[in-house]
Amino acid sequence: MLCPKFITPTQKALDDNHTLNPRQANESPNKILRRKMSASLAIETQDLGRIYKLRGSKKEPRKELVALQDVNLTVAKGELFGLLGPNGAGKTTLIKILTTLLSPTSGWAKVAGADVDREAESVRPRINMVSGGESSGYGLLTVRENLWMFSQFYGVPSKEANERIEALLEMIGMKDRMHTKSSDLSTGLRQKMNIVRGFLTQPEVLFLDEPTLGLDVGAMRDVRKFVLEWLKADKERTLLLTTHYMMEAEELCDRVAIINKGRVLACDTPTALKQRLQKDAIFEIQTSPLNGLSQQMLVDQPEVTQAAIAETETGAKLSLSLVEESALARVINLFTQKDVKVMNLTKREPTLEDVFVDLVGRSMAEEEDHGNTE
Amino acid sequence: MQTSTSWRSFRTAAWLGWVIESNWTDPFLFAVYSIVKPLSGAAILVIMYGVITQGAYDSALFPYIYLGNAFYIYVGAVMTGVSWAVVDDRELYKTLKYMYIAPINIPIYLLGRGGARFIVGSIAVLITILTGVFFLNVDINLAEVNWGLFFVSLTLGIIMLALIGLMLAGWTLITARHEGFIGEAVAAALYIFSGAVFPLDVLPEWLRPVGYFMPTTYWLELLRRSLVGDVAQAFPTLSQFSNLEILGVMIGLSILFGLVSVWVFKVCDNIARENGMIDRTTNY
Repeated sequence: MLCPKFITPTQKALDDNHTLNPRQANESPNKILRRKMSASLAIETQDLGRIYKLRGSKKEPRKELVALQDVNLTVAKGELFGLLGPNGAGKTTLIKILTTLLSPTSGWAKVAGADVDREAESVRPRINMVSGGESSGYGLLTVRENLWMFSQFYGVPSKEANERIEALLEMIGMKDRMHTKSSDLSTGLRQKMNIVRGFLTQPEVLFLDEPTLGLDVGAMRDVRKFVLEWLKADKERTLLLTTHYMMEAEELCDRVAIINKGRVLACDTPTALKQRLQKDAIFEIQTSPLNGLSQQMLVDQPEVTQAAIAETETGAKLSLSLVEESALARVINLFTQKDVKVMNLTKREPTLEDVFVDLVGRSMAEEEDHGNTE
Repeated sequence: MQTSTSWRSFRTAAWLGWVIESNWTDPFLFAVYSIVKPLSGAAILVIMYGVITQGAYDSALFPYIYLGNAFYIYVGAVMTGVSWAVVDDRELYKTLKYMYIAPINIPIYLLGRGGARFIVGSIAVLITILTGVFFLNVDINLAEVNWGLFFVSLTLGIIMLALIGLMLAGWTLITARHEGFIGEAVAAALYIFSGAVFPLDVLPEWLRPVGYFMPTTYWLELLRRSLVGDVAQAFPTLSQFSNLEILGVMIGLSILFGLVSVWVFKVCDNIARENGMIDRTTNY
């Protein structure tokens, strides 16, 4: 699956071709195009794949798990790019490859113009990463000491590091905790400290792996605001964000790649992705218990293109995509046959969740459950 | 650029290691721990020696054992300290992956972490030796100490231990479980084969070559010779060799072990990267 380019670096490269130096004059147009495109790209992958060999019992042969397969992505400089997919989709594996932590088993990837496998030492000074849902950091050190230490590893002069630490902690709303030992911080504050660690070194490309995982609503809002402000401050900054929160991807990302089972299924702006479903009418229906009514029964109805079911405490919540609104009558009729009561019914605009259901055939939650039982 | 990256990695890692080593409790408790721990270790040996020899503390064997044991503290501190940094960062602090993506020299970073353990270990060694001199008749005549040999062999030995620690760090990187025991197991094995508490001649003949191949054997011998001279030379194991010859053998073996360690670490580092083990936590 090829991902469409953002602000078409191809066009930009062709427009700029009069700036060639003599050494480059003999290059073929394709080579020129590729070189110039690469220069305007922050991330580029081609046929990237990763297979894990899993060890079971000693008697059994090693099993293979395909975590990534033929991933072709391009992320332009200055872009906020989202990877959206359920747990186990391959998002973290991709980030681990792009941050030089893991070698790919096929294909290649470049970050800031350098190959992540062969030129890892050129990549590292230009990137940083934050993983959500973990409480990393040295608990014996204060927030300032933790951050200062990492800044030293990146060669930031001490005075400048301290100034940046103060400014970033102020931005994220925890300047008053600067001298608190990080072991005394709540999970949310510790996560915020780690987010500041990622931004502190002013990377060209920043990778945020589920940065708001496990945070409360207020902290999530702070983090999203912080991310947008940081990007706004410099147009060259690039950010790759993985998330399984649809709203987060819609709210923050310039473009989104939907990934499942190691494959990129679609890649475009959130608006363009949703427009794929604009022709359908989408209804959300809250019902009493379904009494054996299955997703397949709903999809089998004429003009029902998708159906996702989530069980609730009082019954179920259904999301239906219909080619024509008139198909709703048949669905309601089916409910009546199964003695299912409709508690609430709303028509709504398509979301990225609907796009995911359209591409995979299941909601992201269902896909995670399905993956866990496989 | 390379030099500054290495220096930056070492300096900051040593600072981090020192803060971790010294900050886990309040200063008073830290001071008490720093004194009590080495003395307890030495006390066990002294009591065992007393029981077995029926109190022959005047024998030349006693300073041989006592000093060997005192300096062996460095093996646990420096060698195990370097490899333990991998366990600490990966399992406990969950920061190893962030170190790996930072523009630092990872082996130098790990050596820096071991550097902090060297300082803590030095305090323990000093306390143990002073206790021996003042309370247990370990006769060190400051005027007769060969200071040049002492500092040269101490420095080279610490570098050698740190490099062996790097080999263990590589092994630790690719070990998913029980990795914490690797350093301890190797340190325990070296304790037997390095002549730390008894001359190698005590070992069965077929096991002695293992000891002769260990640079720690020559390192401990040089330290003893530099501090108590004749007493250390009284034992047959290496008595036919001069200080210079032993120093030469130690340097040769240290270079060999150092090169092998760097190579092993590189190989293990590649395996860890290929198998996704840099950030694998076991919570085991």
